[in-house]
Order: sequence, then C-alpha cells, then structure tokens
Amino acid sequence: MINLDPLWLTAKLALITTIILLVVSIPLCYWLCYSRFRLKAVIEALISLPLVLPPSVLGFYLLIAFSPENAFGKFLADYFDIRLVFTFEGLILASVLYSLPFMVNPILSGLKNLPPVLQEASFTLGKSRVTTITKILIPNIRASLFTGIIMTFAHTLGEFGVVLMVGGSIPEETKVVSIAIYEEVEAMNYQNANIYAGILFVFSFSILLAVHLIHNKHRKTTLY
Amino acid sequence: MIQIAIYKMLQTANGELPLDISLTIEKGQFVSIYGNSGAGKTTILRVLSGLTKAEMASIKVGEVKWDDTKKKFHLPIQKRSIGFVFQDFALFPNLTVKENLEFALSKNDSKEIVSELIELMELQSLQNSKPQNLSGGQKQRVALARAIVRKPEILLLDEPLSALDDEMRSKLQDYILQIHQKYNLTTLMVSHSLSEIFKLSDKVIVVDKGKIVKEGIPETVFSEQKVSSKFQLTGEIINITKSDIVYVVQVSSGNNIIKVIATEEELDQYKVGQKVLVASKAFNPIIQILNKLT
Repeated sequence: MINLDPLWLTAKLALITTIILLVVSIPLCYWLCYSRFRLKAVIEALISLPLVLPPSVLGFYLLIAFSPENAFGKFLADYFDIRLVFTFEGLILASVLYSLPFMVNPILSGLKNLPPVLQEASFTLGKSRVTTITKILIPNIRASLFTGIIMTFAHTLGEFGVVLMVGGSIPEETKVVSIAIYEEVEAMNYQNANIYAGILFVFSFSILLAVHLIHNKHRKTTLY
Repeated sequence: MIQIAIYKMLQTANGELPLDISLTIEKGQFVSIYGNSGAGKTTILRVLSGLTKAEMASIKVGEVKWDDTKKKFHLPIQKRSIGFVFQDFALFPNLTVKENLEFALSKNDSKEIVSELIELMELQSLQNSKPQNLSGGQKQRVALARAIVRKPEILLLDEPLSALDDEMRSKLQDYILQIHQKYNLTTLMVSHSLSEIFKLSDKVIVVDKGKIVKEGIPETVFSEQKVSSKFQLTGEIINITKSDIVYVVQVSSGNNIIKVIATEEELDQYKVGQKVLVASKAFNPIIQILNKLT
C-alpha cells in the first residue's frame, strides 16, 4: 500500500497557497488595474515570469535567498527564528511566488474587462474604495475569481522543480506527490509511481474539466 | 450659487486643447452645456464631480469649497453632494434595480426614498430585475433614480438621452424635469439636442474648443434676434420640394414634421440638415435659421 502522506501534504500546500494568493491578489490586481504608476509594466512582467522561467531557476534563486548563509535567510533566522529552506513554510512561500500569475492574470483580466465607469458611479454615490471593491467589483468578476482559485490550486498540485530545489524531500514536511513519484521511479517502484501519478492525473483532469464546463457557460473572461 | 473656474489640458484627436472656462450657476437652475464632441463638455461635469482632476480648478458650491488647486484642496468625490447620470447608465450588473438604488443609501438612511423614487419613476414592476434585462429607457430611469437617492444638491447629466429613440426621449425629459423640480436640484446637462435644451433648460452654455462662446437663455443664444411669436419650435430641415410656384420646406421637430412654404429667394439660405426655428405669428409660420455654432 502506498504512503498517503505526500497526498495530504500536497493538498494542504495547494489549499494554503490558494488562500494566501487570493487574499494578496485582489488588492494587487486592483492596484495594477487602476494605478498610473510608471513602472507598472516591470511589476506585471515580474509576476508573469514564473510562466516562462524554468522552475529550477526560480527554485535556485529562492534557495540562495532563503539560505541562512545569506542576508535574507540570516535575517529571518536571527530575528524571527524562521527557516525557509527544506521546510513546509519555505515551500508555501515558494509556491505563492510560483503560482502568482495563475491567480493574478484571471483576476486582472476580469477587472480590466469591467467598465471603469462602474467604479466611478460607486464613488459618486458616496462609496469608499473598499466598499466599491467588495460590493461592486468582486461580485462582478466572480467567474474570474473562480478561474484563478482553481488554476492556482491545480497548478500548485503539479509543482515539481521549485519544490525539489527549495524543499527537498523530507517526509511529512516537504515530500509532495510529484516528488514522491520521482523517488518511486528512481527506486524502480513503478507500481507505486503509477498509483500516485494516476491520482494526480485524474484529480487535475477533473478540476480542469469543471473549470471549462463552467467557463463555457459564462464566456466572459479569458482563462489563462 | 455655484462658482466654477477650470483650466485643464485636454488630449483630443487633434492634439492638445486647453479647456478654460469659468461660469456661475444659480441654485435651482437647469443649465445645459451644448457644443461639438471633444469641446470639453463632459470634462466640466467630471471636474465638478471630482472624478477628474484639473491643473487649475476653483469650485465653490454655496459657501462650501469643493476644489481650490491654489491651496491644494480637493474635496473627495464621495463628499460632494452630487448625482451623476452617466451616458452609458453605469448600472451595477450584479444588483437588481432596487438593490442598485439601495446601494446609494448611507448607513442610517431610511429606505423610504428608494420606494418613493421607484414609484415616481414607475419602476415597480422592474424592481427585482437585473439591469441586463432592461431596455435603454428603463435603464436610464433607474440611473436617474439612483442618482437622486442621496438627495444631492447638484444633478449632473452626461448626454443622458442620446441612446434613446425620440418617443422615449420626450418621456424621459418629463421625468428629468419632474425630478429637477421636486427635489429642488441644480441640474447641469450635457446635450446635443436643441429640442431637449429648449424644453428643459433655463440657461444654456455653448462650449467650443474648450471655451465658452455663448451663454444665456436658449431662445436668445440660438436665434439672432428674438422672434415675437405665438409658438416656436426648433427642428431640422429634412426635405425641400417644389410644389407649383412655391417651395415646401419640411422641418422635423420632435415627432412632428412641419411643412412650411418658402419662396424661391428664401430658399437660397435653407439647406437640408440645417437647424431652424419654426415660429408662428398669428397665421403664418416663419422659419428662422438658428445660429451656426460650429
């Protein structure tokens, strides 16, 4: 029988990553959509970088940054007693950065598709920015939010390169399903690898199928 | 009294154009702003409402300052007592008609005003519908009602009726007039339609290339000398035909087509598409060309 720990760990990682990204992305996307900051394009490019960069590159930089040997890692270790290399916390932070575009892009495209006059109308009715975001903007981009949540969750499930670099393979700490599959194959346990891979395949497929079914009903926002 | 002075560079299709206007509006007046596209009409409403910041703006409503760029003062949009009706309605798609109106309420406001407006605008049967299921005229009524919920001092209408057919237009003009009077509003309306301006406004401001070129009551602004007459209508020449020895000029005004006889000499000045005033002194209707504004 296979060990279920990697499955739980993967689900936990994906869930936490999705929640953090949802909270972070809404204000970030609002800012990206409405601000006239000159260097906005630079920030947008940085956010999209994980889409094109090999995960090992991102993982490598994060490993360097998190290392207690270097300034950022040392600062965290000295002042907060936090270690991010080969820990679940480090994995979360890496996943958040790695999956950022999968949450930001659908929400941003949803916001950009809303007529700016909706926000202006809300302001002329005496409503604050926060009320406008929560009562008007968010309810009108529900389909985009849903896409962002599902895509982030599914994408985090499938992470490999970044996890391997930053997390390694510590059972119940950083050994997620994709790593487990890799190790089973290395050890020639094809049967176990098959089970893990099959579960991940069926699960990811079902999620994407659901997204596309729902998306075809709305046809309002772009998927990726 | 509302005192407005605005200076702002506009980015137009033909390069930069300075909008430089100052005007005074009496409380309770219905003022129309007329002019070509890109003349800066909408910008005046936007600066007044606080949606757009101008390089130089000094706006005083009664004793309250709304904008004073010299002292770097800018009252936030939310604190200005305005109702803004946008050209494309800007109804919130996620809310029903009634919810759209209720959204405008402040925390402790009574919901009475919402029911009152729903009744006044005859929206009872539509109050639980979503905006996407409404016709243009219905949407406009909702937008108008929503702008009044906060009982603003100033109502700003940005070409509110441009998307509607003539019949709907005339009906909505009545609604606008009714609301303007009932809630003691000072109303500023951007409009392209002369008949609308004549019907609704006490005062018209003609804006061209960022400047006010004329202001006053519509009759004097749009016709060179006031015609003393029994009735007068504004309209547009739609056809000129010869009938025996005289010519028949057809003028469209609102839903009517008025036929007026003209002689050959008079005909030289008329052409199809021209905006004209049709007036009658006792028996004979006369046509007078409205000032060229462009």
